[in-house]
Amino acid sequence: MIGLLVGVPLLGAAVLLCGGRRLDRTGHWLGTLLAAVSFAIGAALFASMLGEDAESRAMHSKLFSWVPVEGFQADVAFQLDQLSMTFVLLITGVGTLIHLYSVGYMEHDPGRRRFFGYLNLFLAAMLLLVLADNYLLLYVGWEGVGLASYLLIGFWQHKPTAATAAKKAFIVNRVGDAGLAIAIFLMFTTFGTFAFAPVLSSAGDASEGQLTAIGLMLLLAACGKSAQVPLQSWLGDAMEGPTPVSALIHAATMVTAGVYLITRSGAIFNGAPDAQLVVVVVGAVTLLFGAIVGCAKDDIKKALAGSTMSQIGYMILAAGLGPIGYAFAIMHLVTHGFFKAGLFLGAGSVMHGMNDEVDMRRYGGLRKYMPVTFVTFGLGYLAIIGFPGLSGFFSKDQIIEAAFAKGGTEGWILGAVTLLGAAITAYYMTRVMLMTFFGEERWRQAPTPSPAEPDVEPAAETRGEHAEPHPHESPKVMTIPMIVLAFGSVFAGGIFKAGDSFVNWLEPVTAFEHGHSPVSATTVTAATVVSLVIGVGAAWFQYGRKPVPVVAPRGNLLTRAARRDLLQDDFNHVVLVSGGTHLTRSLVYVDHKVVDGAVNGTAATFGGLSGRLRRLQNGFARSYAVSMFGGAAVLIAATLLMRAV
Amino acid sequence: MSGLPVPMTELAATATSTGEALQFWVLGTIAVLGGLGTVLMRRAVHSALCLAGTMIILALFYLANGAYFLGVVQIVVYTGAVMMLFLFVLMLVGVSAADSLKETLKGQRWLAAGCGLGLGILLIAGIGQVSVGSFNGLAAANAQGNVPALASLLFTKYVVAFEVVGALLTVAAVGATLLTHRERVEKNKSQREQAIERVRGGKQLPPLPAPGVYARHNAVDRPALLPDGSPAELSVNPTLRSRGQIREVSAEQLARLAAVEQRTAEYHGRSAYPGPKDPGERALERAAADRAEERDDDATERGTEREEEAAK
Amino acid sequence: MSPINYVYLAALLFTIGAAGVLIRRNAIVVFMCIELMLNAANLTLVAFSRMHGNLDGQIMAFFVMVVAAAEVVVGLAIIVMLYRARHSASVDDASLMKL
Repeated sequence: MIGLLVGVPLLGAAVLLCGGRRLDRTGHWLGTLLAAVSFAIGAALFASMLGEDAESRAMHSKLFSWVPVEGFQADVAFQLDQLSMTFVLLITGVGTLIHLYSVGYMEHDPGRRRFFGYLNLFLAAMLLLVLADNYLLLYVGWEGVGLASYLLIGFWQHKPTAATAAKKAFIVNRVGDAGLAIAIFLMFTTFGTFAFAPVLSSAGDASEGQLTAIGLMLLLAACGKSAQVPLQSWLGDAMEGPTPVSALIHAATMVTAGVYLITRSGAIFNGAPDAQLVVVVVGAVTLLFGAIVGCAKDDIKKALAGSTMSQIGYMILAAGLGPIGYAFAIMHLVTHGFFKAGLFLGAGSVMHGMNDEVDMRRYGGLRKYMPVTFVTFGLGYLAIIGFPGLSGFFSKDQIIEAAFAKGGTEGWILGAVTLLGAAITAYYMTRVMLMTFFGEERWRQAPTPSPAEPDVEPAAETRGEHAEPHPHESPKVMTIPMIVLAFGSVFAGGIFKAGDSFVNWLEPVTAFEHGHSPVSATTVTAATVVSLVIGVGAAWFQYGRKPVPVVAPRGNLLTRAARRDLLQDDFNHVVLVSGGTHLTRSLVYVDHKVVDGAVNGTAATFGGLSGRLRRLQNGFARSYAVSMFGGAAVLIAATLLMRAV
Repeated sequence: MSGLPVPMTELAATATSTGEALQFWVLGTIAVLGGLGTVLMRRAVHSALCLAGTMIILALFYLANGAYFLGVVQIVVYTGAVMMLFLFVLMLVGVSAADSLKETLKGQRWLAAGCGLGLGILLIAGIGQVSVGSFNGLAAANAQGNVPALASLLFTKYVVAFEVVGALLTVAAVGATLLTHRERVEKNKSQREQAIERVRGGKQLPPLPAPGVYARHNAVDRPALLPDGSPAELSVNPTLRSRGQIREVSAEQLARLAAVEQRTAEYHGRSAYPGPKDPGERALERAAADRAEERDDDATERGTEREEEAAK
Repeated sequence: MSPINYVYLAALLFTIGAAGVLIRRNAIVVFMCIELMLNAANLTLVAFSRMHGNLDGQIMAFFVMVVAAAEVVVGLAIIVMLYRARHSASVDDASLMKL
């Protein structure tokens, strides 16, 4: 039954990718259907799980022995506990909605069947990742997610930017994957196994140093998949993929994998405070990093990407807080899954109606033209900024509270950072909202290419639709998923919060503890709301009160840096690329001069020596006779000397 | 057996007599000279003769040391058989450039001298280190005669080695036969085939010209003259030529011959044989080329003198 | 005079023979030099036989002679072969075993 969860989308991917053109007309419905079937199986399992006691809800299912070697036992076995169940429902549920949306969004794309095949593959890999009962199988899913994201980001591979972005995502992910691989090696040497149950239950037996090493390597892996500093650079470029892909990556799959990994390995991090501290720092830095980047981007998808980075930063931070934060991290992950998927689908809907224009400076006043999109996007917006009563409010508020509850100076710093992040979130999301749906209708102005974003989608020009776009509402097949997600954005948080149901649900897996905050919950909530109001107000002051220029102003230094993703690529280029180039050059130099020199020198020495020695071999018997007599003389001399001594 | 310096009985004694010492110094010197001659004589035949002399002296030394049987065997086998074999092969092989003592390998002579000297010094030093006390004579061993004593040893103690050596000799004989035997792998050529081959190969078909024809002399070492007065190279044996034993016809003589012809023609009142364009000049060139080799020139001069005498 | 002088003489002759082997190019002369060396060895054997007072040395010398005779037979056959093939009895001419 658990295997079917993975098997169904995998079968869909196989059928769609191998099926050939005869599936071109029906394949997208098949893919959507299989995703829905997977969701139905998940829901059925969920229902049966609810019927059990809290402690006996976890299910195991061993398919077969994968690598049965003495002392190295790897099984293909699944473990479905509350944490996995949460992910399964999120992945299959949001995934199915995105499938449905894609039916409309990709309607005219010639590679639609292939696209749905990749989507199914993505789902299957992600499900494998969250369902695996050992780290090795998790690694398979982990790599599968990387592969599927590569294929989907580079889906329009005829665009060089897309192909480059796909490669970038893949390569940056590889760095993280190496971390995971090393973590698994360390686990095997430390514990002799890498199955979840024995590793996590015996984590207390290992030394803190070992746990810290494993934890840091797991964090590196999480950074790669979840786009955390310093491996965050791929996320913005990944917007080159079709918008449903962005929604899938940001909401349901891929970036949540890192949070899952850290939460799942909670027992290891609990034993390694240093690693936890690093996790928290990474989360906090990414939180602000993503938020600042999100403020400066004029590309709607890239602004949302910055937002994702920031929100995942929240989750990582919460996960780094230990048992007081795991449940909130997952809770925020789920609510974020709803509203971020909704926001991306909304952004896709806007682009769909605007001839694939992504520059927000050419939007404006769209609320009249696409009311459904406006309402769903607006609900997602309210949810993400944490408007009281909506999903994001509950989950984010909990994280801020937990950050304060960390205690000590760290607690205050983290609390301040999370509050600041909340304010910035409110600012940039309000900015997106105002620039897209309010204000004057800037698309009517002459379409000049924006100098700030030279790499924006040139499709409008190439298709010969220079004429002003005609904004229109998207078809039902696209709006229905948005409506469903909007419902999730509004109510999920409240449902989870009510009676701490979500925390209790996860408690058997993540061992929840109530943090003791130095400030009361009410104060934190009030501070959150205040920072929210400040953020919204600042955005309205800047973008609502006065018209938005079509051409981006030059901006101050920070803005310009943020437009370049806070110089992340420049940093990578200077430090990694040119550093690597120099290292390679010097290694090549060493190789040429030292290694080759030694080898060639040896060869030349022996060659020269042989050339000299060869002259002894002149073929003249008399020369040989001379050496014989010389040898005889030496022997006699040696004998005489021996006798003399 | 005149070399026997002392009676047989005394040889078995433990000391050497003055006579033997004298014999040693005289004959030893000759032996060393013979050895040096073997090495240094330019002609292989001379080397062989020097070696034979050394071997005979060694045979005398054997006799002086009480090895009567070996002394005789040395003379019979070595100087008699082996050296004759050497000479026989020498005759078969003939003279060649290998006879020259000029060294062709760079540094070989110095290396050889060094090795030889070193070896010699070391050997002699080694012998010098040995303390020689009183030595046993062969009196007891040779009591019943040297040959019977040897025979009893050879056929008892060393009988296996003796048999093996016999087998070795047989093998050597068979091996030598095999080595020098040439298997004929193709059919013998018939006379007709040989004739065809000769014509095809463009070789000299008629017999070679006889020496001395038209020359003033008909000895084998004197080339025949062609109608123009120049010597015919084919008419003399190439072996003689390589040995430098040919007597060339001198230019003056040819010129004189031409003058005689001329006068004869004038006397008879008929036109002289036109001859070659300038036979005298060609003969002069020829003579100049020949002067390069002294020996040949000497021979020619000697021959010329003789001919002049004969002409007078 | 001590019989050891025979040994000295033998060493001298042996050295002369060895030098001849190294210096001479005519294979037959080289061969003769080898014979000289063998004879020098025989002389030491005979002298030692006398010094030790038994005939084993003479037996050895006898065997050396026989083996030398066999060697001469084969060696001269080889020289004749060589001469037939190369029209030269120079050991330097048979210098094919070189690079």
